[in-house]
Amino acid sequence: MPVSLLWAVDVYGRVYSLSTAGQQWEQCRDAQMEFKRVTAAQQCCWGIACDNNIYLNVHASDLPVRYQEETYENQRWNPVDGFSDRLLPSDRWQLSDVTGLQHQPLDNFRLPSSSWEWEGDWYVDENFEGEPTEKEGWSYAIDFPATYTKDKKWNSCVRRRRWLRYRRYKAMDTWAKIPSQQTTLPDPFSDISCGGWEINEEPRGRLSLWAVSLQGKVWFREGIYHHNPEGSLWEEVPLPGEVVQISCGPGDLVWAVLWEGQLIVREGIGRDCPKGTSWAMVDSPSPDVGATHVAVGVNVVWALTKDNKVWFRRGVNSHNPCGSGWISMVGEMIMINVGLNDQVLAIGSEDRAVYFRQGVTSSELSGKTWKVISVPRDGDRSHSSASAHSLQSAGCYFCGEVRAQSLVTKVRSAGPAVLEEETIPLEGEVKAPDVGVSLSPSQSVGPLDPQWSNVDLEEAQGQQAQTGAVVDTADTSSLSSVATFTLAMEDPYGVDEHPMWAWVSGGGCSVDSHTQLNWFNSMVQSVQSMSLSVTPAQTAAWRKQIFEQLSERTKREMDNFRHYEQAIEQSVWVKKGTMQWWRDWKPHKWIDVHFALEQFSGPEGNKDGILFIYYNFYEEKKYLHAFVNEVTILVPVLNDSKHSFAIYTPERTKQRWPIRLSAATELEMHDWLALLSVSCCDSRGIQGPPSKQAIWSITCKGDIFVSEPSLSLEAMPYPTPCDQMFWRQVGGHLRVVECNSIGIVWGIGYDHTAWVYTGGYGGGFFQGLASSTDNIYTQVDVKNVYIYENQRWNPVTGYTNRGLPTDRYMWSDASGLHECTKTNMKPPSPHWTWVSDWTIDYSVSGGTDKEGWQYAADFPASYHGHKTMKDFVRRRRWARKCKLTTTGPWQEVPPIPLSDVTILPCAAQSSVDVVPLWAISNKGDVLCRLGVTALTPAGSSWLHVGTDQPFKSISIGAASQVWAIARDGSAFYRGSVSSQSPAGDCWYHIPSPSKQKLKQVSVGRTSVYTVDENGNLWYRQGVTPSYPQGSSWEHISNNVRKVSAGPLDQVWIIADKVQGSHSLSCGTVCHRLGVQPLEPKGQSWDYGIGGGWDHITVRGNSMEPPRVHLPSLTERTPLPVRNTEINSSAVGC
Amino acid sequence: MADDKDVLRDVWFGRIPTCFTLNQDEVTEREAEPYYLLLPRVSYLPLVTDKVKKHFLKVMKAEDVEEMWLEYEGTPLKWHYPIGVLFDLHASNTVLPWSITVNECWTQIRLHINDNNFPDRDLLHCTSNSVIEAHFMSSIKEADALKHKSQVVNDMQKKDHKQLWMGLQNDKFDQFWAINRKLMEYPTEEGGFRYIPFRIYQTMSDRPFIQKLFRPVSPEGNVHTLGDLLKEMYPAALPNDGEQKRYQVVIHGIEPLLETPLQWLSEHLSHPDNFLHICVIPTPTD
Repeated sequence: MPVSLLWAVDVYGRVYSLSTAGQQWEQCRDAQMEFKRVTAAQQCCWGIACDNNIYLNVHASDLPVRYQEETYENQRWNPVDGFSDRLLPSDRWQLSDVTGLQHQPLDNFRLPSSSWEWEGDWYVDENFEGEPTEKEGWSYAIDFPATYTKDKKWNSCVRRRRWLRYRRYKAMDTWAKIPSQQTTLPDPFSDISCGGWEINEEPRGRLSLWAVSLQGKVWFREGIYHHNPEGSLWEEVPLPGEVVQISCGPGDLVWAVLWEGQLIVREGIGRDCPKGTSWAMVDSPSPDVGATHVAVGVNVVWALTKDNKVWFRRGVNSHNPCGSGWISMVGEMIMINVGLNDQVLAIGSEDRAVYFRQGVTSSELSGKTWKVISVPRDGDRSHSSASAHSLQSAGCYFCGEVRAQSLVTKVRSAGPAVLEEETIPLEGEVKAPDVGVSLSPSQSVGPLDPQWSNVDLEEAQGQQAQTGAVVDTADTSSLSSVATFTLAMEDPYGVDEHPMWAWVSGGGCSVDSHTQLNWFNSMVQSVQSMSLSVTPAQTAAWRKQIFEQLSERTKREMDNFRHYEQAIEQSVWVKKGTMQWWRDWKPHKWIDVHFALEQFSGPEGNKDGILFIYYNFYEEKKYLHAFVNEVTILVPVLNDSKHSFAIYTPERTKQRWPIRLSAATELEMHDWLALLSVSCCDSRGIQGPPSKQAIWSITCKGDIFVSEPSLSLEAMPYPTPCDQMFWRQVGGHLRVVECNSIGIVWGIGYDHTAWVYTGGYGGGFFQGLASSTDNIYTQVDVKNVYIYENQRWNPVTGYTNRGLPTDRYMWSDASGLHECTKTNMKPPSPHWTWVSDWTIDYSVSGGTDKEGWQYAADFPASYHGHKTMKDFVRRRRWARKCKLTTTGPWQEVPPIPLSDVTILPCAAQSSVDVVPLWAISNKGDVLCRLGVTALTPAGSSWLHVGTDQPFKSISIGAASQVWAIARDGSAFYRGSVSSQSPAGDCWYHIPSPSKQKLKQVSVGRTSVYTVDENGNLWYRQGVTPSYPQGSSWEHISNNVRKVSAGPLDQVWIIADKVQGSHSLSCGTVCHRLGVQPLEPKGQSWDYGIGGGWDHITVRGNSMEPPRVHLPSLTERTPLPVRNTEINSSAVGC
Repeated sequence: MADDKDVLRDVWFGRIPTCFTLNQDEVTEREAEPYYLLLPRVSYLPLVTDKVKKHFLKVMKAEDVEEMWLEYEGTPLKWHYPIGVLFDLHASNTVLPWSITVNECWTQIRLHINDNNFPDRDLLHCTSNSVIEAHFMSSIKEADALKHKSQVVNDMQKKDHKQLWMGLQNDKFDQFWAINRKLMEYPTEEGGFRYIPFRIYQTMSDRPFIQKLFRPVSPEGNVHTLGDLLKEMYPAALPNDGEQKRYQVVIHGIEPLLETPLQWLSEHLSHPDNFLHICVIPTPTD
């Protein structure tokens, strides 16, 4: 789980945040003044300060907020001057926008606010549609406006070029004032709420911000996007009454409370209309008592009434934003807020504590109980001068009602780091020196203030006893320093009792029912940790002690007695069960079988086993068997009707026909899979986590498999056949995995989340023995399921859902062959659950109209996004998000979502050497990860590498040669990348093979391979150290989905349409044979596991195969290779 | 990097080298050679002494013997305690191999004269492995009653119960743990089992063992440790300040630190019967 923040304001106007991984409120020190309210999103937090201005705090991210300004320089040819800026009167401006209608001279561009800075000066864009231009970036045309080409022709009369300049948002992690508009707002703001980031597919950063003014008017902030975090202007929203408070959810819910106590609900909010169209009125939950407060989430509405009662609105969703009725909930609150995942936070009316609603899940949105968040504040632990200052100013602002509270319990709230206590408020007699006792063990927070000076220990203890301190000072060893607090001013809030909160916002706080939070018992824990001194270090001590003693015990009790006989003889163990088996012969069907696994110990103590499948054939009992040590892979094939899995052996891999079995329940299947998997690993002597050299692959379903390469896997001329590789599953769910040979492994989920491998194994359904205890974390992935709505035009009714009899289903999959309706469509497997409703998908290639329709002359055909006279059919795509929660040895690398990643493949010299790692964000930015080493594989931060267009694939070779593919399908080489200059200096454009758009690149030791969108595999010819860009593309093979080139220049691919004796298989792992230094392209393909594979990386395997001396007969002649076809496009049908 | 899973293996595969000698008083046809075996710590004596029995039967008249009982330095060894517990309780800090004396019960004598050499006061009769199985399964059920109100063990099928037993009987770690892991699960939000199944043994007392209800987490949410357990159950076992350590607290032949969380101990250092067997023995004086 990534760390995210809960924001709150206390009654003195101090802003605090609490991390989901943290155990104390951290004060936001840079808040120059007190705040009234805050509203948070994941990437920023908005607030109203006491000067009534609106402030924005954008959280620093490795990806800068930068905006590309552009303007076009236009020129026309005349016989006298040649091309010059003397244009015809009817022409456009010399400097204009792309349409030519706006005059845009360079010095007209101004920074939008003081929070921005220019990155550099204006420069000319020398790329034109993915191709480099001749020089100076000019593109030519016959006349404005027309089609531009990069080549000057005889009839080129006009030309233009693009000027670029980037500006960057610099006010990160600080409260920056939003400049007030020219048209001054009538009155100051009293409430704000942000949300709406889920209503359309805009990248993270787009927000709806609603504000309420003191006169009860509502304003909407226009134009908040990632590259414009401040938004552009306020627009007033007409109202049926005067509003006191407003709440905007992540989706399309916006509710507000009127002065009179009714509620109003915004209707008509949608993808193209984040502001909505009208208001609907909802009565207060209680007829006599008006509503005072409302909070909305994605699918929930909570409200408070004047008597502090809490209400939950039933039946709220996108189609019915008003809901159907109120339910009274327990608790008395004065403020309530709904955070991410519809989690609920509130502030109690009595104690002003922040409460978290426990047990809120998508099926139980109202949750179970209120639980108080009882963590201390950082200010409770130590006084820095900064906090003293802010306390003071806060004290001037609010009246000090807190003073008179009792003190003794306060000490308990202090954390383990520094305990302090003041005598004054309690005793009332000792006025001047406040006495503090600082218990500061090793984890003390920073250096002590100069106001602290050491005094004698006994004296302090005496004072402590006097004040009735609860600290057990018997444990003197942890009392490392005792000090006197000599701040002259009496600080009225020095150590107050539990904090009093005024406002809380969970809009940036990503917790759900699975999240482990340390927010609730920390007081108890910290007191306990003092008395029992259980610290993380010591936790390790008891564990270490047990490990050490156990190994000592082994030495003592067993080492000298190995020759003794074992009391229990090893015997055969048989595990039996009933299953269904997909019969090997026609007609294929599921038949009931008895299944047995016999395990026995081999002569050297190694375990082995045999699988038996007993079936009836014409009343005759027969069986099929497989040796466990021949099983190459166990693949779970979960679909909604069967809990089935496939068992492959080398023979069955060749045939493309595994043993398919199905268990009665999912649990039973998992038990079998875990047992079989342990059994297979035992028989091969494989234990623990994958090695650094391991080959990783991913199936189309996102399952992760790993194989230990044998030493002779890349041997010449007789490599280990690919179908004999043993694959075992690793928990987790990924779309991409990349590794290198020192054990750094990164993955990317379907939702583009970046993950780093933790060194564990197992997870998922591998519980118990097949899984490590440590290094296994919860992993969440989200993907879309799509269905299509198809319509045909007829002259009477226009487009209707009544098609012709020959047509496809009106609701279908992409092919149109299978009926898929909104109601019958299920998530891909039982592990997935729906997390959204069906929505129209506008991001379909080819474009859509405003309602999401794509038009075509007939089914199936190519679709376009607008209706023409020739179109008679149309379709639109509906998407629904589903979520998978599993576990695996993966930890999230927040916050930037990625689409590709690559790690320098070769071995580093030591575990602290920095390893280059490059990635592409899902927006197409090129990123370079800093601080990646074998010890810290997650690295520390991203370095942004500028590009003029979005990228989609990247790969770094063993000699730091970086290649990338842009979204337009052309390749780029990054110059001058080295350990001194990890980000290199500039991009060299490399045209793609003619008429092909490249989609993926992989660079090995020296070879560069790319795959294009039509499945062709290309090898870069002519790459030399002095000319690393190479000279031309050479076609190697077709039907290729992905390629991975490794540090030995070995080449592996995922191939489609591979022939087997039983079936055609898409997504097959293939190994290029015959790759040698002098023949880097290799000769032919060897086929491995397949049928549904999507990704492979061999970049960890840097083991040089043993040298084989060939008989001189075969010298310099093509070598016969087993199990292959000597044919360069062998992967063809 | 050591993993907690390795502890389970170490616990399971713990072995005690043992030397069996026949009681001098036994009537034999010829002199009995001592017999050496590696005994699994987590098993029970009757499950692992078939070979011993066979060995000594060779020198005796086979039809005479019905039951065998074992003693160590005059103390009869209770077969229903795990072997490791017997060793830790009676023989830790002694020279290895562990020297066990074998006594044989003669059927005729026991049948005809009630006063035979079998220590009825100390030992239960164990006539077949099914008696051990019943004892073992009842321990597991008792432990699960404490841990999960018997919910897990009752949800298991008969074959799962059998697999637990067969796993122990045949020394099959994987088989046993494939089922046993279910008994070790608990809802995350509760932080542990309902109660920790434990037994505290002491050599100094006539009480067989201490077994009471004890939760892994205090009502305030504190994690209970081994020290907390002893403080409540057997305060004498804890060293007083500044005093020499008088007792060793031994589990599986090791002395975990007193701050070890009890829940972790229960999950990792329990015997196959799902109880945490804790031996409190006097610190050797040498």
